[in-house]
Amino acid sequence: MAFYVVQFLTGLASAASLFLVASGLSIIFGVTRIVNFAHGAFYMIGAYIAFTLTERFSGAFGFWGGVLVAALAVALIGVLVEMVLLRRIYHAPELFQLLGTFGLTLMVEDLVVLIWGPDDLVGRRAPGFKGAVDFFGQNIPSYDLFLIALGPVVLGILWLLFQRTRWGVLVRAATQDRDMVAALGVNQKWLFTSVFAVGVFLAALGGALQIPRDAVHHAMDLRIIVEVFVVVVIGGLGSIIGAFVAAVLVSELNAFGILIFPKISIILVFLVMAVVLIVRPWGLFGKPEAPARKTPGLTVNPWRPLTSNERLAALAALVIAATLPLFAGNYALTVGSEIAIFVIFAVSLHFLMSVGGLASFGHAAYFGLGAYGVAFLAKMAGLPMIVCLLLGPLLGCMGAAVFGFFAVQLSGVYFAMLTLAFAQIVWSIAFQWVSVTGGDNGILSIWPEKWAASPSHFYWLALGVAALVTIALRIAVFSPFGYALRATRDSVLRSEAVGINAKRIQWTAFVIAGTTAGIGGALFAYLKGSVFPDNLGISLSVDALVMVLLGGVETVSGGVIGAIVYKALNIWLVSQTDLSKLVLGGFIVLIVVVFPKGIVGMLELLAQRRRKSSPPGSSLLAKPIESTE
Amino acid sequence: MRAKNYFVGAAFALLASGMAHSALAQDIKIGEINSYSLLPAFTEPYRKGWQLAVEEINAAGGINGKKLVVISKDDGGKPADAQTAANELVSSEGVAMLTGTFLSNIGLAVSDFANQKKVFFLAAEPLTDAVTWAKGNKYTFRLRPSNYMQAAMLVEAASKLPAKRWATIAPNYEYGQSAVAVFKKLMSEKRPDIQWVDEQWPPQGKIDAGPVVQAVAQANPEAILNVTFGPDLVKLVREGNTRGLFKGREVVSFLTGEPEYLDPLKEETPEGWIVTGYPWYSIKTPEHDAFLKAYQTKYNDYPRLGSIVGYQTIKAAAAILAKAGSTDTDKMIAAAEGLSMPSPFGEITFRKIDHQSTLGAFVGKTAQKDGKGVMVDFSYKKGSDYLPGDAEVEKLRPKD
Repeated sequence: MAFYVVQFLTGLASAASLFLVASGLSIIFGVTRIVNFAHGAFYMIGAYIAFTLTERFSGAFGFWGGVLVAALAVALIGVLVEMVLLRRIYHAPELFQLLGTFGLTLMVEDLVVLIWGPDDLVGRRAPGFKGAVDFFGQNIPSYDLFLIALGPVVLGILWLLFQRTRWGVLVRAATQDRDMVAALGVNQKWLFTSVFAVGVFLAALGGALQIPRDAVHHAMDLRIIVEVFVVVVIGGLGSIIGAFVAAVLVSELNAFGILIFPKISIILVFLVMAVVLIVRPWGLFGKPEAPARKTPGLTVNPWRPLTSNERLAALAALVIAATLPLFAGNYALTVGSEIAIFVIFAVSLHFLMSVGGLASFGHAAYFGLGAYGVAFLAKMAGLPMIVCLLLGPLLGCMGAAVFGFFAVQLSGVYFAMLTLAFAQIVWSIAFQWVSVTGGDNGILSIWPEKWAASPSHFYWLALGVAALVTIALRIAVFSPFGYALRATRDSVLRSEAVGINAKRIQWTAFVIAGTTAGIGGALFAYLKGSVFPDNLGISLSVDALVMVLLGGVETVSGGVIGAIVYKALNIWLVSQTDLSKLVLGGFIVLIVVVFPKGIVGMLELLAQRRRKSSPPGSSLLAKPIESTE
Repeated sequence: MRAKNYFVGAAFALLASGMAHSALAQDIKIGEINSYSLLPAFTEPYRKGWQLAVEEINAAGGINGKKLVVISKDDGGKPADAQTAANELVSSEGVAMLTGTFLSNIGLAVSDFANQKKVFFLAAEPLTDAVTWAKGNKYTFRLRPSNYMQAAMLVEAASKLPAKRWATIAPNYEYGQSAVAVFKKLMSEKRPDIQWVDEQWPPQGKIDAGPVVQAVAQANPEAILNVTFGPDLVKLVREGNTRGLFKGREVVSFLTGEPEYLDPLKEETPEGWIVTGYPWYSIKTPEHDAFLKAYQTKYNDYPRLGSIVGYQTIKAAAAILAKAGSTDTDKMIAAAEGLSMPSPFGEITFRKIDHQSTLGAFVGKTAQKDGKGVMVDFSYKKGSDYLPGDAEVEKLRPKD
């Protein structure tokens, strides 16, 4: 019995650590609607700075002072980030801020290694909490007891802050309806900055308090960020109590789960999230989001098919791309094939995000399923390449059909997180089912047949498929189905009023996007000759998101440009510099500031402005184009 | 604008560094791939190790009079990116052979690439047995002692312990799974009386150490096998120390004696664990002294195991190239099979039968000295003594 009590307390201690970080994220999201990918980075910097301070200043005062100062210092960095970077992009399309914070995270990962060195750092134990307390023969670390107490204390302070201060009233009001708060004359700028500072402070405090238990190292951020997101979503976005309950739930299920299934930790949080979101679409304590007042961005500049001139230009670009094998070497061609495949992948997600308004955080699942589909067919059934390429993506299609059905019942960030949960579940199946998938050692030797083996032939194959896919999806955008999908994106209520079955339309779109991603994955398997669980992983999903956002969400085919720019830059930087993450992250941040609508979005805007400011003669010429918009 | 200028500056610096890489046509080029950005704690010393080797080789006149150039790429910990890098090195840089890699899945991906493109590949670090056995191929050789070899070395010491009730803690991925599987198999062969009372599989890099320690303690084992390393090991040891998990229990642990993983533990270092590792501070052989002196002179730092792996990988590559007298792949394979060479750990041989080198490892016990972790009572175990018989290897390895 004593054991179960101790195991429960141990779970509570884990929960407290998780809650500190999660509460900060929840507050930030609730008010600013920013999906703060850099939250883990702030957590990590908090740990690093606290490590330096506590090593320099010994004693109880040195330790606790160091922890607090570190958290305050990071909060200050957070304020700087908010004022310099985020303020510029609040009005960008939804999720675009994710791109900026993603760039920051990349930079921080390289920076901490530059500043603190590559070794894992182990800090001091907390003065006064070094030992353990005996509980009927079981030991409980006294530091765990400290954390268990700290969790509710922080929860209480936050509750007081939100319920008993004017600032708290404003924050709650902004969480509920920030437009209204702005209309009432509240200075939103400082409200957002202060909220961001508090959120970052909590993250850094969470990081700093890990020093006595953990090692400080450069991958701490990724270890925590996904888990924290999951906790916030399970609890319900913007709900502090929800975050607390979710942290306890997840930690306790893990603490007791491993007694029965020792391998459960790897997937547990995602299973819990999937179940919670299917049963309660807004998390445990979340409320349904009020129908958003759409920023007019999407309706001011409606889409139109390409004009015949633009079609010629696109065709010319394709022809030029097709001549690459005439002058480029094998390496350039293989990189070209990889870029073409990522164009397919990005375009498929772009279709879902920009046309359907459904941002998937787990799109790699269908890419990877396509790749595994090919691997199974080629290795187990021994089918020829062309058959594998045609049938392999069906696995992606089936996955999308099953998961999509549940995912489209939700919307917004909840939709995104449910897709993430499904992707992680698929990933862990590929990872764990060693006898079938080879586990993380993957499936090897899936090389193309002779007709496609040479780099130039494979390049043409990939380029051709990419072009076909892009054209097909464009046709879909301007088909009646595409219009229906856009209707569900712009207003679910009105689209249903005119008789569109929104869920079915969205589900179909999800399946189309998943199948298309599967086509990319199938080609990818042959390009690399192997398939690994990585192909389904979070980092690939994030890559796809970055490509789409970089290209521009509010465009018809921005994903194409986003994929080319991001992938080419990534491959080139990794090859040329040891600090690829720092440079790539810096580049992304720069793009975010300079092109807040994405590259293509910005180019379109510029073209539009030029058209408007041009002399009357040419505006006559431009007229017919505008009228078709 | 300033930020932009910096960026332009950075771009130029990149171009310049790119050009600095480019080598003369008569040089011999080796392509090297590792997870530099993902695992800097291991790969930084590793890089220093191979850079030292390149310097020594060229100072001694290069390879048959030609200068050796190593072109190094980062794979970011992803098999697909490792293949992109391998492709660049082979197709674009025209390297004579590929070396490196740390993670098992990346080692396998590059090995498969080498097999497909008929390129020589000398795997440095990946430990999975599959590299030389189940997925072995003609083009792939491996330097470090495999999972099987390290398990066999540990089992030799572990089987002498009186403990009968064993628990295991291992990261939940291929490396951890196969380490536990081999250890259990070899151990149960030697000691049929052993019971396996609990197993814990925390996700790699994400151990929730408190509940894991508590769960193992609840099973009340007499001895524990640990396979976690890096930050996971730190958390496990800290929780274990506080909760008294290791008191009165024997612990056998993979890799823990390597400075990369032992040094961060400082005054938390547990006493008396049986570990594999690299006690650079107390190895007294002329070969190692020479290496240690050269390394410390050049870097003013002490070597980690990664330094040895990096150093010996390039030394081995050079020895193979020198003997082959050519960069022709088949000639290099012929030269490498059965080739013996000196190393900081004594002479090693690349076996003809499975292309595994006989580099060994040190097995000893952990202890604390002046608030630092060290290995004591250690001895060097030759790799050749811990490999299964030829008949068994033939069965494990596919025919070329």
